[in-house]
Amino acid sequence: MTSAKIVIAGGFGVGKTTLVGSVSEITPLTTEAIMTSAGEGVDDTRQVPGKTTTTVAMDFGRISIDRDLILYLFGTPGQTRFWFMWDELVRGAIGAVVLVDTRRLADCFAAIDFFEHRRLPYLVAINCFDGVQYHNGDDVRDALAISADVPVVTCDARNRESTKQVLISLVEYVLSMRRQRTGAPA
Amino acid sequence: MTEWDEPIGALVRPYAVTRGRTRPRLDIALEALVETTVRGRTAGSRETSAHGREQQYIAALCDGRLQSLAEIAARMQLPLGVARVLIADMAAEGLVAVYEPTSFDESDDALGTELLERVLSGLRRL
Repeated sequence: MTSAKIVIAGGFGVGKTTLVGSVSEITPLTTEAIMTSAGEGVDDTRQVPGKTTTTVAMDFGRISIDRDLILYLFGTPGQTRFWFMWDELVRGAIGAVVLVDTRRLADCFAAIDFFEHRRLPYLVAINCFDGVQYHNGDDVRDALAISADVPVVTCDARNRESTKQVLISLVEYVLSMRRQRTGAPA
Repeated sequence: MTEWDEPIGALVRPYAVTRGRTRPRLDIALEALVETTVRGRTAGSRETSAHGREQQYIAALCDGRLQSLAEIAARMQLPLGVARVLIADMAAEGLVAVYEPTSFDESDDALGTELLERVLSGLRRL
């Protein structure tokens, strides 16, 4: 009996919870963490003078893969300055989906920096609101300055099949990276 | 409702159910699965003062259905840290079993690859 997790990142309002909800077998739940003294020195609280405690909320969903294997999808907290929670979120994760809205591309820079720094495999999923894609994948790749091997896919976060494909692409990518490292046949 | 706006009290109050302890006896991952043991089930049915209301609730919640730490905290509307202390105590007393997640951090091992393949085929079946 074990579990695994995938992190869903992206700017505020980009559709992280919608994406989680489209494939989750439970209505997405919200869990809260309180930043205690453990966050000091790790988290930058200088920008919030006089603030001693902070509550960080994360939405998540669940997919039973097998009777003995459960996959969790965790949305990152909206506020990227709360790195203490991101550390816990990425620890041991399979990888991450960075959901982007091409109208607000800069919102995902911090998440990409973080995953690259932590060497967590990730892919970029362009959420096509109303079925309209404002830029193509290559434009987005150039704008984000990410390496050529990072997959850039498009999706509709409201659509179960579409979200499923995003998760499949991520796991396939992580598997191919592993096989490259170990020299095993693809 | 004004009491929720107190800046300092908000930190202390959630931990009242753990008698002020903020450090769990066991480090439990967000996605670690918790299941009530036979011992936990029988302990929960007895009204013993040693087991608080929260522990009884957790025992009922995870009886016959696995729940992650994150789910338990969310369903009980408790901060993660509080739920973690409670569950770690219950695990130490044998009231619940905690199944650790598979970590994909540094493992290039066959076990991780096999698990990823299972996740992949599971997702394709959805």
